[in-house]
Parts: sequence; C-alpha cells; structure tokens
Amino acid sequence: MLEVTGLHVAYGGIQAVRSITFHVKEGETVALIGANGAGKSSTLKAIARVIDAVGGDVHFCGEKISRIVPHDIIRKGIALVPEGRGVFPRLSVLENLHMGAFIHDAAVDVEKDLKMVYDYFPRLRERESQLAGTLSGGEQQMLAIGRALMSRPKMLLLDEPSMGLAPIMVQKIFEVIRAVAAAGMTTLLIEQNARLALQSSQRGYVMESGEITLHGDSPALLDDSKVRAAYLGE
Amino acid sequence: MDIFLQQIINGLVQGSIYALVALGYTMVYGIMGLINFAHGEVVMIGTLVTITVAGSLLKAGMPALLAGLGGLSASVLVCMALGWGLERIAYRPLRNAPRLTPLITAIGMSIILQNLAMMIWGRNYLTFPALLPKIDFEVAGVNFSAIQIIIVLVSATTMGGLLLLVYRTKLGMAMRATAQNPAIASLMGVNINRVIAAAFIIGSALGALAGVMVGSYYEIAHYQMGFMLGLKAFTAAVLGGIGNLAGAMLGGVLLGIIEALGAGYIGDLTGGFLGSHYQDIFAFVVLIIVLMFKPSGLFGEKTGERA
Repeated sequence: MLEVTGLHVAYGGIQAVRSITFHVKEGETVALIGANGAGKSSTLKAIARVIDAVGGDVHFCGEKISRIVPHDIIRKGIALVPEGRGVFPRLSVLENLHMGAFIHDAAVDVEKDLKMVYDYFPRLRERESQLAGTLSGGEQQMLAIGRALMSRPKMLLLDEPSMGLAPIMVQKIFEVIRAVAAAGMTTLLIEQNARLALQSSQRGYVMESGEITLHGDSPALLDDSKVRAAYLGE
Repeated sequence: MDIFLQQIINGLVQGSIYALVALGYTMVYGIMGLINFAHGEVVMIGTLVTITVAGSLLKAGMPALLAGLGGLSASVLVCMALGWGLERIAYRPLRNAPRLTPLITAIGMSIILQNLAMMIWGRNYLTFPALLPKIDFEVAGVNFSAIQIIIVLVSATTMGGLLLLVYRTKLGMAMRATAQNPAIASLMGVNINRVIAAAFIIGSALGALAGVMVGSYYEIAHYQMGFMLGLKAFTAAVLGGIGNLAGAMLGGVLLGIIEALGAGYIGDLTGGFLGSHYQDIFAFVVLIIVLMFKPSGLFGEKTGERA
C-alpha cells in the first residue's frame, strides 16, 4: 500500500535519511524503531510532505505522492499524528476533531465519526467543549489520534505517540492504537520505546544513522540479540 | 456634562471606524504575524474610489443612495483585489524571510500606494459627494447626525458578521487553526495560501467600508489620509491586543472615545495652552503607555502558547 523507494532527507548539509527503502502492506502495522536522531521522524515527515525529500519516491496505493502539495496528503488517505501531538491549543476539543474532518463535505456523516472517536476515547467526550490547550499530555495525544481518525484515513502515521506520557497513559493510548489496527487500519508507527512498538506491530524496521539496518517480523526482532542489546536494554 | 456626552458620541463614531480598520491589521497579524503597514493606504484608496465612482454616478443623474451603493461596491471590490494583490505580490514571496523583511516591504508598499494615488487623484483635497441625507438630531442637549448613527450601526453589524464568520463557519475555523499552527492546519487539508489570502481580502473589504465612512463623515479625502488613520487603527489594534478580533473592536472604540474626550478637555486642562487640534497626541500617548506597561494589550494572548 505504501512504497518508499530510496527516500533521502537532508537538512542543509546534514543527511538525516540516507536512501531508505521499505513498504507497508494493506492492513498491516509496521514499526520503525531506532535511537534518537536515527531519522525516523524525518522519514515520516517526508512521507506526509511536512518536509521536502531531497531524493527518492513515495507511492501510496499505486500513486506517486512524493511531489504533491502538502495539504493534499490527507485527501489521499494518509493522516499523520505528529510528534508532540500538535493539537490546536485555542480551539475546543470538538473543534479540533472537526478540523480532522476538514476535508469532508456535508455529505459525510461527521457525527458518526465523532461517536466512533468518543467510543475509543470517552475522556474526549467529557472534555468536548474545553480548549485543547488545557488538556493533559495524554488527553492531547488522544485528541491528536482522534482528530486523525476523523479524516477517515486509509493509513495512519504515528510519530512517537508515547513521548512524554505517564506509563498508564501510554498503555491506554496503545490499547486504542491496537484496537484501531485490529479494525483494519494500515499503520506506520514510530517509537523510541522499541519493545512497545514491536509488541504492537507485525513487522519492524530498525533505523540507525539514517539507514535501515535490520528488518523482519516483529516477534523475531524482539528476540534478536542485537535489537535486545541496543534497543531493549538487555 | 453636555460636552462629556457629546464627546462620547463623537468618540463612538470615530472609534467604530478605527475598529473596522484595526480589524484588518489584527486579522493579518493573527494569521501570519505580519503588520501590514500598507493597510491604511488600502482604506485611503477605498475612499478615493468611492469619490470617483459615486461622483460620476451622481453626475449621470443617479439618485444619491444608489450612487452611494455603487461607489461602496466598487470600493469594496477594488480594495479586495488590492489586498489580494498585496499578499500575492509583496508578502507571499517573503513568507519564510526574517520578520523585518516583510515589515520593510509593507512600508514600501504603503509609499508606492500613496504615490500611485497621488498620480491618479492628484495632490489636492477632494470633496466627498453627499450620499447620505444630512439630518441632525438633538436629544438631551447632545447633537448627532444620521450619518453618525449609520456609521455606528453599519460597523456594529459588520463586526457581528465577522465574528460569526470566524467563530461559526468552516473557513473561520480553518483561519483560527492556521493562526495557531499553520503546519498542522496544512496536515488537516487546509490550503494555507488560501486562508492567508482570505484574511487579506476580508480585512481589505472592511477597510473599504471604513474608507467610505470616513469620507461620508469628514466629507473630504486626500492621498495621504491613510497614513494617520492607519497609524491610529494600528494603535487601536495594539491597545486591544494585536491578533485578537474582539480586542481590535474594543480597542478601536476605546481609542475613539479617549481621543474625543481628550480633544474636548485638553483646552481646559492646559489652561488654553493646547487646543483641540492636538487630539492626535492622545492616540500616541495611548500607544506608548500600552507598549510600556502591557505590550500584549487588553486581550492579548501570551506568546509561546503553541503546543
């Protein structure tokens, strides 16, 4: 479904992503793990067109999307849950969710999607009229994921959903990520918490200094001695 | 007491005009952090276009009210096109430039527009055609005219409409989202360029309306009139908290009232040393006080709030 070929990202003279190739199949959850600065987030941002890639191609559902205008990415069916959540702090929770449905016209039943999001995250219903900036970090992460779901995406890109959250909140968020994936959502997940990411995915890629150094089925990666030593702290 | 009430009324009228112009500054600042110093010139061109169009319609024998509406429509259309053009030609190429660059460009555009207006309309004061009936009222010793009532009512209605647009429509929601985080708004499918253009176009339309009001109120116009009006409206926007719509409205009305009261009492206060023609100093005293003691203005949002 998502084919990344020779993707290359650089900031000034610094090579963040060096010609990486990987793919995500329909219905699959794939984890991209690696240390801080390995280039995971740059990869995701380049796919979502938040930043420009220097080289390489991205195809989605057979269509080349690596040169389209940024605001059309979501119309192709790709929703990014950005690093640091990126909720609109001075819009209410409900307005943030409506922003997620911005691309839909009146024909789309937004109320039905709202109900779906609220079923995943009942906390958001309670906070519906509150400004998003007043939510806790975990609630903002719920909102960012809910907002992405409001666009009815074909694929979800998650950038460090556990970052800065209390362990109990991380558990709650990942329960929903797994439930959404189980309902058929294709997902590309980026995490520093490698164990959590590999436990929540079918396949995984390991990034190091802008390159993919290892890939395989997630359970196998969890058992891999190099991965255990470098990323699982064993 | 009569003077007091009279000056409150006069200030309210002048303040409504400031508020409309201030909204143009504050909308653009709220969305892209730019102070569009050419906005006063857009208002000036709005006034001058109305003079030309409504004047020739009157000459052609059209009733005053229709000629006025014709002039107003022409002025709104010209200013909307001008606002769009300014953003497209002068500011968009500088979107990622250091903040000082677009600011200097804005001052440059202001000078260009002034000179352009001088070339088209000449250096002399122009008379604004009488488009509205001159009816005066007196209630409890306070005088006011039909024009003053119309100015306050039209401003209030327009501002109410703007609030509905910004807080109750999809475009308004996209504008507020873009103001808070343009990159994320773009991820949601919002075309940032269009939202920014919309802010310029709407602000310029409000400016055109204000231009027609200024013309009807003072009955004269001049190619340099946009400078002082723009500066005062900018002061009003800063007073209310630049970037904040309600702030611009309140700041405009407050500034109008402060100025009117100041003009009414400055003679008494200084024992006749300064006369009411010193009223302009009040706007700048306000500006300096706000910048010294509360730079974020009355409703100003603290910076660094972005998640």
